[in-house]
Amino acid sequence: MPYTAATPPLPETPEELRARIPGWGADLDPAVRPSYPKLLPPDVTRYGAHWTEPERQTEHAPRERSVEHAHLTPVFGTAQPLHGLAGALRRHAYARFSEARAAHWLLLVAADRLDVVEHRLAAPATRRALAGAAVAGAAVLGARAVARR
Amino acid sequence: MRAMVYRGPYRVGVEDKERPRVEHPNDAVVRVTVAAICGSDLHLYHGLIPDTRVGHTFGHEFVGVVEEVGPSVERLRPGDRVMVPFDVSCGSCWYCARGLLGNCHNVNANAAAVGGIYGYSHTAGGFDGGQAEYVRVPFADVGPEPIPAWLADEDALMLTDALPTGYFGAQLGDVGEGDVVVVFGAGPVGLFAARSAWFMGAGRVVVVDHVAERLAKAREFAFAETVDLGVVDDVVVHLKEATGHLGADVAIDAVGAEAVGAPLQHAAASWLKLTGGSAVALNWAIDAVRKGGTVSVVGAYGPIFVPVKFGDALNKGLTLRMNQCPVKRQWPRLLEHVRAGHLRPSDVITHRYDLEDVAEAYETFSAKRDGCIKPVLVPSP
Repeated sequence: MPYTAATPPLPETPEELRARIPGWGADLDPAVRPSYPKLLPPDVTRYGAHWTEPERQTEHAPRERSVEHAHLTPVFGTAQPLHGLAGALRRHAYARFSEARAAHWLLLVAADRLDVVEHRLAAPATRRALAGAAVAGAAVLGARAVARR
Repeated sequence: MRAMVYRGPYRVGVEDKERPRVEHPNDAVVRVTVAAICGSDLHLYHGLIPDTRVGHTFGHEFVGVVEEVGPSVERLRPGDRVMVPFDVSCGSCWYCARGLLGNCHNVNANAAAVGGIYGYSHTAGGFDGGQAEYVRVPFADVGPEPIPAWLADEDALMLTDALPTGYFGAQLGDVGEGDVVVVFGAGPVGLFAARSAWFMGAGRVVVVDHVAERLAKAREFAFAETVDLGVVDDVVVHLKEATGHLGADVAIDAVGAEAVGAPLQHAAASWLKLTGGSAVALNWAIDAVRKGGTVSVVGAYGPIFVPVKFGDALNKGLTLRMNQCPVKRQWPRLLEHVRAGHLRPSDVITHRYDLEDVAEAYETFSAKRDGCIKPVLVPSP
Protein backbone atom coordinates (compact mmCIF):
# COMPACT_ATOMS: atom_id res chain seq x y z
CA MET A 1 0.00 0.00 0.00
CA PRO A 2 1.40 3.45 -0.83
CA TYR A 3 0.76 4.58 2.72
CA THR A 4 4.22 3.26 3.48
CA ALA A 5 7.41 3.27 1.44
CA ALA A 6 7.18 -0.42 0.56
CA THR A 7 6.30 -1.58 -2.98
CA PRO A 8 3.68 -4.36 -3.25
CA PRO A 9 5.40 -7.72 -3.77
CA LEU A 10 5.37 -9.32 -7.20
CA PRO A 11 3.76 -12.74 -7.64
CA GLU A 12 6.77 -14.22 -9.50
CA THR A 13 10.54 -13.86 -9.30
CA PRO A 14 12.58 -12.88 -12.38
CA GLU A 15 13.83 -16.47 -12.57
CA GLU A 16 10.29 -17.83 -12.63
CA LEU A 17 9.29 -15.30 -15.31
CA ARG A 18 12.37 -16.07 -17.41
CA ALA A 19 11.47 -19.76 -17.29
CA ARG A 20 7.84 -19.21 -18.25
CA ILE A 21 7.98 -16.40 -20.82
CA PRO A 22 10.18 -16.66 -23.93
CA GLY A 23 12.49 -13.66 -24.18
CA TRP A 24 11.76 -12.30 -20.71
CA GLY A 25 14.35 -9.68 -19.83
CA ALA A 26 16.12 -9.76 -23.23
CA ASP A 27 15.70 -5.98 -23.48
CA LEU A 28 16.26 -5.07 -19.84
CA ASP A 29 19.05 -2.73 -20.92
CA PRO A 30 17.44 0.37 -22.45
CA ALA A 31 20.43 0.74 -24.75
CA VAL A 32 19.41 -2.35 -26.78
CA ARG A 33 15.90 -1.03 -27.33
CA PRO A 34 15.49 0.67 -30.70
CA SER A 35 14.19 4.25 -30.75
CA TYR A 36 16.62 5.09 -27.95
CA PRO A 37 17.52 7.83 -27.64
CA LYS A 38 14.52 9.52 -29.16
CA LEU A 39 16.60 11.91 -31.27
CA LEU A 40 19.71 10.58 -32.99
CA PRO A 41 22.54 12.75 -34.31
CA PRO A 42 21.37 13.92 -37.75
CA ASP A 43 22.50 11.64 -40.60
CA VAL A 44 20.60 11.69 -43.90
CA THR A 45 22.31 8.49 -45.08
CA ARG A 46 21.28 6.44 -42.05
CA TYR A 47 18.15 4.97 -43.71
CA GLY A 48 19.28 5.05 -47.33
CA ALA A 49 18.77 8.60 -48.59
CA HIS A 50 21.42 9.62 -51.11
CA TRP A 51 20.36 13.27 -51.24
CA THR A 52 20.27 16.15 -48.76
CA GLU A 53 17.12 17.54 -50.33
CA PRO A 54 14.83 15.31 -52.40
CA GLU A 55 14.00 16.04 -56.03
CA ARG A 56 10.61 17.63 -56.40
CA GLN A 57 7.66 15.67 -57.76
CA THR A 58 5.96 17.34 -60.72
CA GLU A 59 2.80 19.24 -59.78
CA HIS A 60 0.55 18.57 -62.78
CA ALA A 61 -2.44 20.41 -61.28
CA PRO A 62 -2.69 22.83 -58.33
CA ARG A 63 -2.26 20.65 -55.25
CA GLU A 64 -3.85 21.73 -51.99
CA ARG A 65 -1.54 22.02 -49.00
CA SER A 66 -1.60 23.00 -45.37
CA VAL A 67 -0.71 26.67 -44.84
CA GLU A 68 1.55 25.49 -42.07
CA HIS A 69 3.89 24.21 -44.77
CA ALA A 70 6.13 26.83 -46.35
CA HIS A 71 5.60 25.22 -49.74
CA LEU A 72 4.32 22.07 -51.36
CA THR A 73 6.24 19.05 -50.08
CA PRO A 74 8.77 17.55 -52.52
CA VAL A 75 6.70 14.34 -52.64
CA PHE A 76 2.92 14.29 -52.31
CA GLY A 77 0.02 11.92 -52.79
CA THR A 78 -1.92 12.12 -56.04
CA ALA A 79 -4.89 9.95 -55.07
CA GLN A 80 -8.43 11.40 -55.47
CA PRO A 81 -7.63 14.97 -56.63
CA LEU A 82 -10.10 17.62 -55.55
CA HIS A 83 -13.29 17.85 -57.59
CA GLY A 84 -16.88 18.90 -57.25
CA LEU A 85 -18.43 20.91 -54.43
CA ALA A 86 -16.67 18.79 -51.82
CA GLY A 87 -13.41 19.62 -53.53
CA ALA A 88 -14.19 23.32 -53.45
CA LEU A 89 -15.00 23.12 -49.74
CA ARG A 90 -11.79 21.20 -49.08
CA ARG A 91 -9.72 23.69 -51.06
CA HIS A 92 -11.22 26.51 -49.00
CA ALA A 93 -10.50 24.67 -45.75
CA TYR A 94 -6.84 24.23 -46.70
CA ALA A 95 -6.36 27.74 -48.09
CA ARG A 96 -8.19 29.71 -45.42
CA PHE A 97 -7.52 27.94 -42.11
CA SER A 98 -4.43 26.44 -40.55
CA GLU A 99 -4.46 23.02 -38.87
CA ALA A 100 -4.63 24.90 -35.56
CA ARG A 101 -8.14 26.12 -36.33
CA ALA A 102 -11.21 24.00 -35.57
CA ALA A 103 -12.83 25.43 -38.71
CA HIS A 104 -10.19 23.70 -40.86
CA TRP A 105 -11.19 20.26 -39.58
CA LEU A 106 -14.92 20.90 -39.34
CA LEU A 107 -14.97 22.04 -42.98
CA LEU A 108 -13.06 18.89 -44.00
CA VAL A 109 -15.53 16.73 -42.08
CA ALA A 110 -18.44 18.52 -43.79
CA ALA A 111 -16.74 18.02 -47.16
CA ASP A 112 -16.43 14.31 -46.44
CA ARG A 113 -20.18 14.04 -45.96
CA LEU A 114 -20.82 16.17 -49.08
CA ASP A 115 -18.41 13.97 -51.05
CA VAL A 116 -20.51 10.90 -50.32
CA VAL A 117 -23.74 12.68 -51.28
CA GLU A 118 -22.23 13.96 -54.55
CA HIS A 119 -21.02 10.49 -55.50
CA ARG A 120 -24.36 8.89 -54.72
CA LEU A 121 -26.22 11.51 -56.73
CA ALA A 122 -23.83 11.15 -59.64
CA ALA A 123 -23.94 7.37 -59.91
CA PRO A 124 -27.59 6.77 -60.91
CA ALA A 125 -27.66 9.98 -62.95
CA THR A 126 -24.65 8.81 -64.91
CA ARG A 127 -26.31 5.47 -65.53
CA ARG A 128 -29.56 7.14 -66.55
CA ALA A 129 -27.75 9.53 -68.83
CA LEU A 130 -25.82 6.71 -70.50
CA ALA A 131 -28.95 4.61 -70.86
CA GLY A 132 -30.85 7.54 -72.30
CA ALA A 133 -28.04 8.31 -74.75
CA ALA A 134 -27.93 4.65 -75.83
CA VAL A 135 -31.68 4.56 -76.46
CA ALA A 136 -31.59 7.87 -78.34
CA GLY A 137 -28.64 6.72 -80.45
CA ALA A 138 -30.33 3.44 -81.33
CA ALA A 139 -33.51 5.31 -82.26
CA VAL A 140 -31.59 7.69 -84.57
CA LEU A 141 -29.72 4.85 -86.28
CA GLY A 142 -32.93 2.87 -86.68
CA ALA A 143 -34.76 5.84 -88.17
CA ARG A 144 -31.95 6.46 -90.68
CA ALA A 145 -31.90 2.80 -91.69
CA VAL A 146 -35.62 2.88 -92.33
CA ALA A 147 -35.31 6.15 -94.29
CA ARG A 148 -32.59 4.68 -96.61
CA ARG A 149 -34.77 1.71 -97.61
CA MET B 1 -6.00 -3.39 -61.20
CA ARG B 2 -8.44 -4.42 -58.48
CA ALA B 3 -8.38 -2.28 -55.35
CA MET B 4 -10.34 -1.74 -52.18
CA VAL B 5 -12.32 1.47 -52.43
CA TYR B 6 -14.00 3.62 -49.76
CA ARG B 7 -17.51 4.72 -50.68
CA GLY B 8 -18.61 6.33 -47.43
CA PRO B 9 -18.87 5.44 -43.74
CA TYR B 10 -19.36 1.68 -43.34
CA ARG B 11 -19.29 1.21 -47.14
CA VAL B 12 -16.28 -0.29 -48.87
CA GLY B 13 -15.91 -2.47 -51.92
CA VAL B 14 -13.51 -3.55 -54.66
CA GLU B 15 -13.31 -1.78 -58.00
CA ASP B 16 -11.09 -1.54 -61.02
CA LYS B 17 -8.62 1.30 -60.63
CA GLU B 18 -5.74 2.52 -62.72
CA ARG B 19 -2.49 0.83 -61.71
CA PRO B 20 -0.21 3.29 -59.83
CA ARG B 21 2.70 4.81 -61.71
CA VAL B 22 6.16 6.04 -60.80
CA GLU B 23 5.52 9.74 -60.11
CA HIS B 24 8.86 10.67 -58.52
CA PRO B 25 12.32 9.40 -59.45
CA ASN B 26 12.68 7.51 -56.16
CA ASP B 27 9.28 5.81 -56.33
CA ALA B 28 8.73 2.08 -56.65
CA VAL B 29 5.54 0.30 -57.62
CA VAL B 30 5.03 -2.84 -55.54
CA ARG B 31 2.77 -5.76 -56.41
CA VAL B 32 1.07 -6.67 -53.13
CA THR B 33 1.34 -10.25 -51.93
CA VAL B 34 -0.64 -9.86 -48.73
CA ALA B 35 -2.07 -6.87 -46.87
CA ALA B 36 -3.60 -6.45 -43.44
CA ILE B 37 -6.47 -4.46 -42.05
CA CYS B 38 -5.48 -2.44 -38.99
CA GLY B 39 -7.69 -1.43 -36.10
CA SER B 40 -6.96 2.14 -37.07
CA ASP B 41 -8.40 1.43 -40.55
CA LEU B 42 -11.70 1.09 -38.74
CA HIS B 43 -11.54 4.79 -37.83
CA LEU B 44 -11.42 5.48 -41.60
CA TYR B 45 -14.17 2.93 -42.23
CA HIS B 46 -16.36 4.64 -39.65
CA GLY B 47 -15.80 8.05 -41.24
CA LEU B 48 -13.89 9.42 -38.27
CA ILE B 49 -10.78 10.78 -40.00
CA PRO B 50 -11.19 14.16 -41.77
CA ASP B 51 -10.51 14.33 -45.51
CA THR B 52 -11.23 10.71 -46.24
CA ARG B 53 -12.29 10.88 -49.89
CA VAL B 54 -14.63 8.59 -51.77
CA GLY B 55 -12.48 6.34 -53.94
CA HIS B 56 -9.56 6.17 -51.49
CA THR B 57 -7.78 2.84 -51.13
CA PHE B 58 -6.89 2.01 -47.54
CA GLY B 59 -4.03 -0.18 -46.35
CA HIS B 60 -0.80 0.77 -44.61
CA GLU B 61 0.28 -2.80 -43.84
CA PHE B 62 1.47 -4.76 -46.85
CA VAL B 63 4.33 -6.81 -48.26
CA GLY B 64 4.97 -7.64 -51.88
CA VAL B 65 7.29 -7.82 -54.84
CA VAL B 66 8.86 -4.82 -56.53
CA GLU B 67 7.28 -4.37 -59.96
CA GLU B 68 8.92 -1.17 -61.19
CA VAL B 69 11.43 1.37 -59.87
CA GLY B 70 12.06 5.02 -60.69
CA PRO B 71 15.35 6.22 -62.24
CA SER B 72 17.01 7.25 -58.97
CA VAL B 73 16.25 4.06 -57.01
CA GLU B 74 19.50 2.29 -56.09
CA ARG B 75 18.69 -0.27 -53.39
CA LEU B 76 15.79 -2.21 -54.91
CA ARG B 77 15.21 -4.02 -58.20
CA PRO B 78 12.11 -5.48 -59.83
CA GLY B 79 11.53 -8.92 -58.40
CA ASP B 80 12.74 -8.07 -54.88
CA ARG B 81 10.43 -9.37 -52.14
CA VAL B 82 9.98 -6.45 -49.75
CA MET B 83 8.33 -5.37 -46.51
CA VAL B 84 7.31 -1.74 -46.34
CA PRO B 85 6.94 0.37 -43.17
CA PHE B 86 3.56 2.01 -42.78
CA ASP B 87 5.35 5.38 -42.55
CA VAL B 88 6.32 7.11 -45.78
CA SER B 89 9.73 8.61 -45.00
CA CYS B 90 12.19 10.70 -47.04
CA GLY B 91 15.22 9.99 -44.85
CA SER B 92 16.58 13.50 -45.19
CA CYS B 93 14.25 15.99 -43.49
CA TRP B 94 14.90 17.33 -39.98
CA TYR B 95 12.87 14.52 -38.45
CA CYS B 96 13.91 11.53 -40.56
CA ALA B 97 17.59 12.49 -40.25
CA ARG B 98 17.20 12.21 -36.47
CA GLY B 99 15.34 8.91 -36.49
CA LEU B 100 11.76 10.16 -36.29
CA LEU B 101 10.67 8.29 -39.41
CA GLY B 102 7.01 8.53 -38.44
CA ASN B 103 7.13 12.32 -38.56
CA CYS B 104 8.51 12.97 -42.04
CA HIS B 105 8.10 16.57 -43.19
CA ASN B 106 8.64 15.99 -46.90
CA VAL B 107 5.76 13.71 -47.87
CA ASN B 108 2.52 15.05 -46.43
CA ALA B 109 1.40 18.29 -48.08
CA ASN B 110 -1.96 18.20 -46.31
CA ALA B 111 -0.85 18.34 -42.68
CA ALA B 112 2.40 19.47 -41.12
CA ALA B 113 1.36 17.76 -37.88
CA VAL B 114 1.22 14.32 -39.46
CA GLY B 115 3.84 12.30 -41.28
CA GLY B 116 3.00 10.28 -44.36
CA ILE B 117 1.00 7.07 -44.02
CA TYR B 118 -0.15 4.79 -46.84
CA GLY B 119 -3.89 4.62 -47.37
CA TYR B 120 -4.85 6.78 -44.40
CA SER B 121 -6.80 9.66 -45.98
CA HIS B 122 -5.46 12.97 -47.22
CA THR B 123 -4.83 14.00 -43.64
CA ALA B 124 -1.94 11.52 -43.85
CA GLY B 125 -0.80 12.70 -47.27
CA GLY B 126 -3.25 11.31 -49.81
CA PHE B 127 -1.37 8.14 -50.83
CA ASP B 128 -3.54 5.23 -51.93
CA GLY B 129 -2.74 2.21 -49.79
CA GLY B 130 -1.87 -1.43 -50.18
CA GLN B 131 -5.28 -3.13 -49.96
CA ALA B 132 -4.94 -3.52 -53.69
CA GLU B 133 -2.99 -5.42 -56.31
CA TYR B 134 -0.38 -2.65 -56.66
CA VAL B 135 0.74 0.31 -54.60
CA ARG B 136 2.98 3.32 -55.16
CA VAL B 137 5.87 3.37 -52.67
CA PRO B 138 7.67 6.74 -52.47
CA PHE B 139 11.30 6.94 -51.38
CA ALA B 140 11.92 3.30 -52.19
CA ASP B 141 15.57 3.66 -51.13
CA VAL B 142 14.55 4.68 -47.60
CA GLY B 143 11.53 2.73 -46.39
CA PRO B 144 11.23 -0.78 -47.85
CA GLU B 145 13.61 -3.60 -46.99
CA PRO B 146 14.07 -6.97 -48.65
CA ILE B 147 12.39 -9.63 -46.53
CA PRO B 148 14.98 -12.03 -45.08
CA ALA B 149 14.76 -15.45 -46.67
CA TRP B 150 13.98 -17.10 -43.32
CA LEU B 151 10.99 -14.81 -42.63
CA ALA B 152 7.52 -15.79 -43.90
CA ASP B 153 5.36 -13.19 -45.65
CA GLU B 154 2.74 -13.11 -42.90
CA ASP B 155 5.37 -12.60 -40.19
CA ALA B 156 6.92 -9.81 -42.28
CA LEU B 157 3.45 -8.33 -42.67
CA MET B 158 3.08 -8.04 -38.90
CA LEU B 159 6.40 -6.19 -38.89
CA THR B 160 5.08 -3.37 -41.08
CA ASP B 161 3.03 -1.90 -38.21
CA ALA B 162 1.48 -4.02 -35.47
CA LEU B 163 4.58 -5.54 -33.86
CA PRO B 164 6.84 -2.47 -34.12
CA THR B 165 4.04 -0.26 -32.79
CA GLY B 166 3.28 -2.61 -29.91
CA TYR B 167 6.95 -2.84 -28.98
CA PHE B 168 7.22 0.94 -29.33
CA GLY B 169 4.32 1.32 -26.89
CA ALA B 170 6.20 -0.67 -24.28
CA GLN B 171 9.41 1.21 -25.00
CA LEU B 172 7.69 4.60 -24.66
CA GLY B 173 6.50 3.38 -21.28
CA ASP B 174 10.13 3.07 -20.22
CA VAL B 175 9.38 -0.33 -18.66
CA GLY B 176 11.93 -1.28 -16.02
CA GLU B 177 12.62 -4.53 -14.22
CA GLY B 178 9.73 -5.55 -12.01
CA ASP B 179 7.37 -2.86 -13.32
CA VAL B 180 3.63 -3.42 -13.27
CA VAL B 181 2.34 -2.68 -16.77
CA VAL B 182 -1.30 -2.24 -17.75
CA VAL B 183 -2.20 -2.40 -21.44
CA PHE B 184 -5.55 -1.04 -22.56
CA GLY B 185 -6.68 -2.89 -25.68
CA ALA B 186 -6.13 -6.52 -26.67
CA GLY B 187 -5.99 -5.97 -30.39
CA PRO B 188 -2.77 -6.87 -32.19
CA VAL B 189 -0.92 -3.74 -31.03
CA GLY B 190 -1.94 -4.29 -27.41
CA LEU B 191 -1.01 -7.97 -27.60
CA PHE B 192 2.44 -7.11 -28.96
CA ALA B 193 2.84 -4.32 -26.39
CA ALA B 194 2.07 -6.77 -23.59
CA ARG B 195 4.53 -9.30 -25.01
CA SER B 196 7.18 -6.64 -25.42
CA ALA B 197 6.77 -5.44 -21.84
CA TRP B 198 8.04 -8.88 -20.74
CA PHE B 199 11.12 -8.48 -22.99
CA MET B 200 11.86 -5.30 -21.05
CA GLY B 201 11.64 -7.06 -17.69
CA ALA B 202 8.10 -6.34 -16.50
CA GLY B 203 7.07 -8.00 -13.24
CA ARG B 204 3.35 -8.11 -14.04
CA VAL B 205 1.42 -7.41 -17.26
CA VAL B 206 -2.34 -6.81 -17.16
CA VAL B 207 -4.44 -6.41 -20.31
CA VAL B 208 -7.84 -4.71 -20.30
CA ASP B 209 -10.48 -5.32 -23.00
CA HIS B 210 -14.10 -6.36 -23.37
CA VAL B 211 -14.00 -9.02 -26.09
CA ALA B 212 -13.72 -12.58 -24.79
CA GLU B 213 -11.58 -13.95 -27.64
CA ARG B 214 -9.13 -11.06 -27.34
CA LEU B 215 -8.81 -11.51 -23.59
CA ALA B 216 -8.16 -15.21 -24.15
CA LYS B 217 -5.45 -14.32 -26.69
CA ALA B 218 -3.90 -11.92 -24.18
CA ARG B 219 -3.62 -14.76 -21.67
CA GLU B 220 -2.33 -17.33 -24.14
CA PHE B 221 -0.15 -15.26 -26.53
CA ALA B 222 0.93 -12.43 -24.24
CA PHE B 223 1.07 -14.38 -20.95
CA ALA B 224 -0.91 -11.56 -19.37
CA GLU B 225 -3.45 -11.26 -16.59
CA THR B 226 -6.71 -9.92 -17.97
CA VAL B 227 -9.52 -7.61 -16.91
CA ASP B 228 -12.89 -7.69 -18.68
CA LEU B 229 -14.17 -4.13 -18.52
CA GLY B 230 -17.68 -5.37 -19.20
CA VAL B 231 -17.68 -7.28 -15.93
CA VAL B 232 -16.01 -4.98 -13.42
CA ASP B 233 -17.90 -2.06 -12.02
CA ASP B 234 -15.09 0.49 -12.25
CA VAL B 235 -11.96 -0.37 -14.20
CA VAL B 236 -9.76 2.14 -12.37
CA VAL B 237 -10.82 1.00 -8.88
CA HIS B 238 -10.34 -2.61 -9.93
CA LEU B 239 -6.82 -1.92 -11.15
CA LYS B 240 -5.97 0.05 -8.01
CA GLU B 241 -7.13 -2.85 -5.84
CA ALA B 242 -5.19 -5.30 -8.00
CA THR B 243 -1.97 -3.30 -7.54
CA GLY B 244 -2.06 -2.77 -3.78
CA HIS B 245 -3.71 0.61 -4.33
CA LEU B 246 -0.47 1.99 -5.75
CA GLY B 247 -1.51 1.83 -9.42
CA ALA B 248 0.50 0.57 -12.38
CA ASP B 249 4.01 1.84 -13.06
CA VAL B 250 3.25 2.01 -16.78
CA ALA B 251 -0.05 2.25 -18.66
CA ILE B 252 -0.20 1.77 -22.41
CA ASP B 253 -3.13 3.03 -24.50
CA ALA B 254 -3.38 0.63 -27.43
CA VAL B 255 -7.01 1.48 -28.12
CA GLY B 256 -7.11 4.97 -29.55
CA ALA B 257 -9.99 6.87 -31.00
CA GLU B 258 -12.97 4.56 -30.61
CA ALA B 259 -12.73 3.38 -27.03
CA VAL B 260 -15.94 1.95 -25.65
CA GLY B 261 -16.92 2.47 -22.06
CA ALA B 262 -18.24 6.03 -21.95
CA PRO B 263 -21.49 6.38 -23.88
CA LEU B 264 -21.54 10.16 -24.20
CA GLN B 265 -17.97 10.38 -25.51
CA HIS B 266 -18.62 7.49 -27.84
CA ALA B 267 -21.75 9.20 -29.18
CA ALA B 268 -19.94 12.45 -29.90
CA ALA B 269 -17.07 10.68 -31.55
CA SER B 270 -18.45 7.73 -33.41
CA TRP B 271 -21.95 8.87 -34.26
CA LEU B 272 -21.66 12.61 -34.69
CA LYS B 273 -18.02 12.38 -35.77
CA LEU B 274 -17.37 15.65 -34.03
CA THR B 275 -14.28 14.90 -32.01
CA GLY B 276 -10.95 13.28 -32.71
CA GLY B 277 -12.05 10.23 -30.80
CA SER B 278 -13.36 8.93 -27.52
CA ALA B 279 -10.44 9.07 -25.12
CA VAL B 280 -11.83 6.66 -22.56
CA ALA B 281 -8.85 4.32 -22.61
CA LEU B 282 -6.41 7.22 -22.39
CA ASN B 283 -8.25 8.65 -19.40
CA TRP B 284 -8.31 5.25 -17.73
CA ALA B 285 -4.58 5.00 -18.33
CA ILE B 286 -4.08 8.37 -16.66
CA ASP B 287 -6.21 7.37 -13.70
CA ALA B 288 -4.91 3.81 -13.30
CA VAL B 289 -1.20 4.57 -13.40
CA ARG B 290 0.54 5.50 -10.14
CA LYS B 291 1.62 9.03 -9.40
CA GLY B 292 4.96 9.66 -11.09
CA GLY B 293 4.28 6.85 -13.55
CA THR B 294 4.33 6.82 -17.34
CA VAL B 295 1.50 6.73 -19.84
CA SER B 296 2.41 5.58 -23.32
CA VAL B 297 0.02 6.20 -26.21
CA VAL B 298 0.18 4.25 -29.46
CA GLY B 299 -3.55 4.10 -30.14
CA ALA B 300 -4.51 6.28 -33.09
CA TYR B 301 -6.41 9.54 -32.65
CA GLY B 302 -7.68 11.99 -35.27
CA PRO B 303 -6.57 15.61 -35.48
CA ILE B 304 -9.62 17.19 -33.85
CA PHE B 305 -10.06 17.83 -30.14
CA VAL B 306 -10.30 14.93 -27.72
CA PRO B 307 -11.33 15.38 -24.07
CA VAL B 308 -8.43 14.31 -21.86
CA LYS B 309 -8.12 14.45 -18.05
CA PHE B 310 -5.11 16.70 -18.12
CA GLY B 311 -5.60 17.86 -14.54
CA ASP B 312 -5.11 14.33 -13.25
CA ALA B 313 -2.02 13.92 -15.41
CA LEU B 314 -0.63 17.15 -13.98
CA ASN B 315 -1.47 16.45 -10.33
CA LYS B 316 -0.05 12.96 -10.57
CA GLY B 317 3.20 14.11 -12.14
CA LEU B 318 2.86 11.76 -15.07
CA THR B 319 5.13 11.35 -18.05
CA LEU B 320 3.12 11.07 -21.27
CA ARG B 321 4.95 9.71 -24.31
CA MET B 322 3.51 9.03 -27.70
CA ASN B 323 4.20 9.01 -31.43
CA GLN B 324 3.57 7.23 -34.68
CA CYS B 325 6.08 4.39 -34.56
CA PRO B 326 9.28 4.82 -36.63
CA VAL B 327 8.86 1.32 -37.98
CA LYS B 328 12.12 0.80 -39.81
CA ARG B 329 14.07 1.87 -36.76
CA GLN B 330 12.51 -1.02 -34.83
CA TRP B 331 13.31 -3.73 -37.35
CA PRO B 332 16.85 -4.79 -36.43
CA ARG B 333 16.01 -5.60 -32.81
CA LEU B 334 12.60 -7.09 -33.63
CA LEU B 335 14.09 -9.38 -36.28
CA GLU B 336 16.52 -10.60 -33.60
CA HIS B 337 13.58 -11.41 -31.31
CA VAL B 338 11.75 -13.28 -34.07
CA ARG B 339 14.88 -15.17 -35.17
CA ALA B 340 15.56 -16.15 -31.54
CA GLY B 341 12.07 -17.67 -31.34
CA HIS B 342 10.83 -15.26 -28.67
CA LEU B 343 7.58 -14.81 -30.61
CA ARG B 344 5.98 -15.58 -33.96
CA PRO B 345 4.29 -12.39 -35.21
CA SER B 346 1.76 -14.16 -37.45
CA ASP B 347 0.23 -15.86 -34.39
CA VAL B 348 -2.11 -12.87 -34.04
CA ILE B 349 -3.63 -13.36 -37.52
CA THR B 350 -7.08 -14.92 -37.22
CA HIS B 351 -8.81 -14.33 -40.57
CA ARG B 352 -7.72 -14.52 -44.19
CA TYR B 353 -9.83 -13.06 -47.00
CA ASP B 354 -9.56 -12.72 -50.72
CA LEU B 355 -9.27 -9.03 -51.63
CA GLU B 356 -12.64 -9.35 -53.43
CA ASP B 357 -14.25 -10.05 -50.03
CA VAL B 358 -12.92 -6.87 -48.42
CA ALA B 359 -16.41 -5.61 -47.52
CA GLU B 360 -17.09 -8.73 -45.49
CA ALA B 361 -13.64 -8.46 -43.90
CA TYR B 362 -14.24 -4.90 -42.72
CA GLU B 363 -17.72 -5.70 -41.50
CA THR B 364 -16.55 -8.71 -39.47
CA PHE B 365 -13.54 -6.86 -38.06
CA SER B 366 -15.59 -3.80 -37.15
CA ALA B 367 -18.22 -5.90 -35.38
CA LYS B 368 -15.47 -7.93 -33.66
CA ARG B 369 -17.39 -10.97 -34.76
CA ASP B 370 -16.25 -14.54 -35.18
CA GLY B 371 -13.25 -14.03 -32.90
CA CYS B 372 -11.68 -11.67 -35.43
CA ILE B 373 -8.50 -10.13 -34.04
CA LYS B 374 -6.37 -9.56 -37.16
CA PRO B 375 -7.67 -10.01 -40.70
CA VAL B 376 -5.43 -10.13 -43.78
CA LEU B 377 -6.29 -9.71 -47.46
CA VAL B 378 -4.81 -11.58 -50.40
CA PRO B 379 -5.17 -10.17 -53.92
CA SER B 380 -6.29 -12.85 -56.36
CA PRO B 381 -3.37 -14.20 -58.42
